[in-house]
Amino acid sequence: MGAIDVTRRNNVVVTGRADGPVVMLANGFGCDQTMWRLVVPGLARDFRVVLFDHVGSGRSDVSAWQAGRYATLDGYADDILQICRELELERVIFVGHSVSAMMGVLAAIAEPDRFSKLILIGPSPSYIDSPGYRGGFSRADIDELLTSLDSNYLGWSAAMAPVIMGNPDRPELGQELANSFCRADPQIAQAFARTTFLSDNRSDLARVAVPTLVLQCSSDAIAPPEVGEFVRAQIPGARLVTLPATGHCPHLSAPDVTLAAIASFAGGPPQ
Amino acid sequence: MTAGRDPAAGRDPAADGRDPTTGVAGPAGRASPPAFSELLEDSAEDLYENAPCGYLSTDLDGRIARVNATLLRWLGYAREDLVGRRHFADLLTAGGRIYHETHFAPLLSMQGEVGGVALDLRASDGTRLPVLVTSAVKKSPAGEPLLIRTTIFDARDRRAYERELLRARQESDRERERLRVLVTTLQHSLLPHALPEVPGLEAAAYYHVASPDEVSGDFYDLFPLSRSRWGLFLGDVCGKGAPAAAATSLIRYTLRAAAAYDPAPGTALTTLNTVLNEQYERDGQSFCTAIFGLLVPDGDGFRLTFANGGHPEPLLLRADGTASYQAAPRGLLIGVLADTTYAATSVWLRPGDTLVLYTDGLTEARPGPGRGRYGDEALLAFARDLSPATATGTVAALAALLGKFSDGLTDDTAVLALSVPAAAPRQDGPSTTPAGPEQDPSQA
Repeated sequence: MGAIDVTRRNNVVVTGRADGPVVMLANGFGCDQTMWRLVVPGLARDFRVVLFDHVGSGRSDVSAWQAGRYATLDGYADDILQICRELELERVIFVGHSVSAMMGVLAAIAEPDRFSKLILIGPSPSYIDSPGYRGGFSRADIDELLTSLDSNYLGWSAAMAPVIMGNPDRPELGQELANSFCRADPQIAQAFARTTFLSDNRSDLARVAVPTLVLQCSSDAIAPPEVGEFVRAQIPGARLVTLPATGHCPHLSAPDVTLAAIASFAGGPPQ
Repeated sequence: MTAGRDPAAGRDPAADGRDPTTGVAGPAGRASPPAFSELLEDSAEDLYENAPCGYLSTDLDGRIARVNATLLRWLGYAREDLVGRRHFADLLTAGGRIYHETHFAPLLSMQGEVGGVALDLRASDGTRLPVLVTSAVKKSPAGEPLLIRTTIFDARDRRAYERELLRARQESDRERERLRVLVTTLQHSLLPHALPEVPGLEAAAYYHVASPDEVSGDFYDLFPLSRSRWGLFLGDVCGKGAPAAAATSLIRYTLRAAAAYDPAPGTALTTLNTVLNEQYERDGQSFCTAIFGLLVPDGDGFRLTFANGGHPEPLLLRADGTASYQAAPRGLLIGVLADTTYAATSVWLRPGDTLVLYTDGLTEARPGPGRGRYGDEALLAFARDLSPATATGTVAALAALLGKFSDGLTDDTAVLALSVPAAAPRQDGPSTTPAGPEQDPSQA
């Protein structure tokens, strides 16, 4: 265990006010920590901001990816806890977008004392419809996504892999690549999509003992409003704020209101 | 390519009176000489509407503001079904919508453009249209994003072709896996399943497979000849693949049979040389290097008499912590000349001594990029650091060393080590006995 260089493995970046409360930002399935770039400057004034890439995405160490470990969200949640331990982060305000919201839920259940607050942006505990629950997608929809990932690798090629995944010898190579924020090895992207969209964490929500804010977009094709409402209702004491934002990524489409919502809950009284 | 600039001059086509805030006219329109479009039969407006690709303009949230006739025709929609009512993502299949939200839209927001993404559109009658989508954000002179322009190409043929490629790749993956299983099975059949128990001796072996899809010709064995005699060999067939596997099989059975008939190591290699020469006269020759040894208990240890046909010299790690190569009269490569004979020499293994046989994959490895081969000197230094050792410990250390070579190790490598367990402290004379050349003792 001690041999793992967690910082390098997850491309951990720490910025902001060194003595501020810790805000950890976790991006969802798709791209990398660059997704937060419009809200990081605002958060950095008051908070110590911790960013990272999931293993297999962005500039993480792709060689650390293991099919078994990352077949469930628990593996990703454990990575989050490892980063917290490595950086000795306490009273973490965890901000998870999309699938990372559920990773935060699992991490906060495993080590509730580590976290002071959870902010879940566009969370969904289960994407697939089941009797009495509407997640928004059928199993066939998800299978179709997995197929489309096979033909959409955004210019991925094995020869470019070292460049995309962070090449310490030639950092300049990675800078100019189009689509680089969302490039991933097609096999890893497939596996991550499978883990993301086939997980069902509905029964975990009630076990969250950390003050939680759900940020819901007014129109989100992936996490519809009723799913956000479900999450709020299941997590004891959770609050829900609907952002006037379209799409699944309010931190990109409406960064100002998103930043304000995060900062106000994160900087508010410890409930 | 002046004609290519002209479509951008299209401005306020009549069909698009609905949403004046999102007119699609580009800056290129101002640069284009107005008279020039009149010289062409094609009007910019007609080119926009009936272009051989779909055009779509949306606001930043994806709400459709303009769409050309080509795309409407492909999808079977009327303009009023879409403009102002639907988002671009609504035209996608469910899987495509997820992809759009998790990849396409974020990239577009971060980069200002995304090109060549494969998506499926859903037509009004439910059929799917595979397309390639390129989008760019149009910005104001101040850099403020205004709207998103999207170009859509029919990709039915291309997608069918890609499916074929994918199918071919999956098939080749399956075949490769079949080959790997076949090679592994074949390779295992050429090596002993387990080394026999030799009372008073510790024996260990390791086989490093450099390529999972090619059989290589390294081989070894340790086997009883009688109650108190054991034969052993280790060698390397020149070449790889099926011919090497066939030769390895022949060599193993020849050596086993030769030893049963006459266990003198020199004789066994001489017999093998004769067989290889005869067998391969027709099909082209096959060579190998090999050491053949005869192991006989001797006092508190063993005497190993061995002959060497062109093979790297074995290493002896002594109980006193020294290590050295063990020279024997080194005969020719086996299988080259019909009349070659091989002579034997003996070495004594005392408690705490370890003898190591190996193939040259180990010394030929290139441990780092642009570096030279590992070499005999480095191996000797490694053995000196290790000595005194045991067979198991030596094999483990060499396996770890081979592991570190990773990509620099291009050839398979076999290692066979024999050691006499160190005695409990006894006043039993010196543990080292110089190995001297001797006549073949097995004749006695």
